[in-house]
Amino acid sequence: MMGRYQFYGYRRENGRVGIRNHVVILPLDDLSNAASEAVANNIKGTLALPHAYGRLQFGEDLELFFRTLIGIGSNPNVAACVVIGIEPGWTGRIVDGIAKTGKPVAGFSIETNGDISTIASASRKAQEFVQRASEKQREICSIEDLFVSVKCGESDTTSGLGSCPTVGNLIDKLDPLGATTCFGETSEITGAELVCASRAATKEVGEKFMQAFRGYQEVIDRHKTSDLSESQPTKGNIAGGLTTIEEKAFGNLEKIGEKTKFIEVLKPAAAPAKGPGLYYMDTSSAAAECITLQAAAGFVVHLFPTGQGNVIGNPIEPVIKLTANPRTARTMAEHVDLDVSGILRREMTLDEAGDRLIDIMIRTCNGRLTCAEALGHREFVLTKLYQSA
Amino acid sequence: MPTHFIVHDKADTVGVVVTEDVQPGKDLTGWIMETDETIALKSLDAVPLGHKIALRDIKSGDTVLKYGHDIGRAVANVGKGRHVHVHNLKTKRWS
Repeated sequence: MMGRYQFYGYRRENGRVGIRNHVVILPLDDLSNAASEAVANNIKGTLALPHAYGRLQFGEDLELFFRTLIGIGSNPNVAACVVIGIEPGWTGRIVDGIAKTGKPVAGFSIETNGDISTIASASRKAQEFVQRASEKQREICSIEDLFVSVKCGESDTTSGLGSCPTVGNLIDKLDPLGATTCFGETSEITGAELVCASRAATKEVGEKFMQAFRGYQEVIDRHKTSDLSESQPTKGNIAGGLTTIEEKAFGNLEKIGEKTKFIEVLKPAAAPAKGPGLYYMDTSSAAAECITLQAAAGFVVHLFPTGQGNVIGNPIEPVIKLTANPRTARTMAEHVDLDVSGILRREMTLDEAGDRLIDIMIRTCNGRLTCAEALGHREFVLTKLYQSA
Repeated sequence: MPTHFIVHDKADTVGVVVTEDVQPGKDLTGWIMETDETIALKSLDAVPLGHKIALRDIKSGDTVLKYGHDIGRAVANVGKGRHVHVHNLKTKRWS
């Protein structure tokens, strides 16, 4: 008999638990997208993750690139992974990184083989992987096995009133049960940074957060040509009634609840290493970049409050959308997994909304497709720190 | 009785309109979440769903409060019941 906070997940070789069973065809670089997509087209039930980068990156940006791709392949929502690259060296680095999880992974390189022969060999391996994965059974897992990330998008004032505090209510309920959770969006804490720092579990973690915050402010100060109005807040935020970054920040921060403290600051795409608890990750506030980094850090289910109706998804980490905006719930119903607009009509309490979000999250963990999954949203966007060499 | 606008914190100088029918001259009912109080306000502008309405007279240069916190500076005088947005409120950051 399943308890309220249990779900059916896929336990992987390293003990981590996934809620999806993807066989991923992962290109090392832009040049290998075509072969990866061809393999995914040949072998049904596999998933190619084309992206734009992987060439001539260097330094910290290259480290982030490897951490992201290895992290995506290592995510427990991935049963097995085929890596295809233009040359064997960096391809092997990705394969070796993913192999540390113990999951099936194989690399193929195009130079000296050409696309057609590479596609043939990689397809044979992908077929073997997908047939093996299809026999993997779900088992009962508990909240301590669950890694949940949060990030909001196309926010409006209803986000701060209803959908973000609903996520915060869930965080406050799941934190004592041993869930591992993550928030980010460094630029979007501007104006509320001292309140955020005060939510760190220790003074040292609070100072680490402020260092990351100041680092991001330096990037903005170096490149800005205005007060960022229409970029942060976005044009959509402004249409929805948000006026300033400070106002947006206080609404955003509602997602971490009223009492949960964050226990560590993570570099982008870095896996949590301090055990269960809430983590802050230094990320962009652009939805696809942030969720891709969180997926690369091993988070398996995402909660996404929206006001005006951001339609984001992620190829490997299901994105659950909730809104408190009654017009968005009405006009964009196919994108909304949970309508909490009743909070604004005082028909639903925050406590009830949090419980409903837990219910839809558990159902999603058990296999229910999110709106974004059903609609085919697979936004996979790598964060790039600066120009390539 | 519908709630036309919601206020996060008792100290706030703006509230958020949560219905789609706020027109000039309309008598509005508001709810302060922090204290669970109900308040009344007459709208002087059409204020769209999700947009802010001034709960008191705000002078140009004043700090505007929402969530009980500083969300920016008024750049024009704003009368009680008026629409508050990018035309009369600006960020104090990144400028």
